[in-house]
Amino acid sequence: MRRSLPYLLPACLFAGLLWLFAGGLQRDPSTIESPLIGRPAPSFDLPSLKDPAVRVSDAALRGQVSVVNVWATWCTGCRQEHSTLLAIAAQNEVPIIGLNWKDDTELARRWLAELGDPYRITAVDADGRVAIDWGVYGAPETYLVGADGTILHKHIAPLTGAIWEQDFLPRIRAARESS
Amino acid sequence: MRTFTIIATLCWSLSCAAFDVTPPLPDAAQQALYERLINELRCLQCQNETIAESNAELAADLRREVRELVAQGQSEIQIKDFLTSRYGDFVLYRPRTSGPTLVLWLLPGLLVAIGAFALMRIVRRRATLPVPEADDPAS
Repeated sequence: MRRSLPYLLPACLFAGLLWLFAGGLQRDPSTIESPLIGRPAPSFDLPSLKDPAVRVSDAALRGQVSVVNVWATWCTGCRQEHSTLLAIAAQNEVPIIGLNWKDDTELARRWLAELGDPYRITAVDADGRVAIDWGVYGAPETYLVGADGTILHKHIAPLTGAIWEQDFLPRIRAARESS
Repeated sequence: MRTFTIIATLCWSLSCAAFDVTPPLPDAAQQALYERLINELRCLQCQNETIAESNAELAADLRREVRELVAQGQSEIQIKDFLTSRYGDFVLYRPRTSGPTLVLWLLPGLLVAIGAFALMRIVRRRATLPVPEADDPAS
């Protein structure tokens, strides 16, 4: 045993490294885990899309579990996920708050008029500062926010019904049970 | 030869092209800090580029943010904390020598030390072994 240790130890270390690298290969490099999960949602105070005189703030996220969806008309993935968002809104399970990111406001209004509006309210982040606070790096991104304003989950890439059922619904139920 | 020179010059000038078109900060030290930071921060939209090299919208926004924080007199550590609290350690091209990334810096040295120690032990033990009889076919 004593004699085989110098040979076993490097082999074990190498096996450990292989295991680490194999785990790394399974990960999608384009989705970066957000350090904001489990932390309070960053505060914001922005004009709403429909009426710039109306303000939308993080207060809209408190009191119930809600979803924040980052979108823009220049984002093809957003068009792809739009029907999913409409279906989620029709279920009336949770309110969806839109964050219109660095977009042409007129085009954004037309988009919602043409494709349907799944959002309870949409905030306009014209210069992208609120998006930086939220750690947004590519639309569409969807956040699940608890009733106390804590970020529970983040999904990067277009939403689908399957992802909604698998990653969002169980967390929504768990959040409601624990509160 | 002339064609080669022209192509090489064009390529070189391309690599020097900066997307940052803002005028330099009035304070030279702040401008130096700003330039160092934007060359060390990753653009998360186009992950193999720094925010200095990238022409993505997000890179422009992050350059503006870094510029403003530098102008406010924030330190390098404060600005890096600002970004990592939003985007995680991945935003830094050079991992920090603290926290969970410490293992990245220490592990190679540790592995070399273990290897050197093992090698030394083996060599020393073999040095004390009796030299085996030479199997000389001539005898």
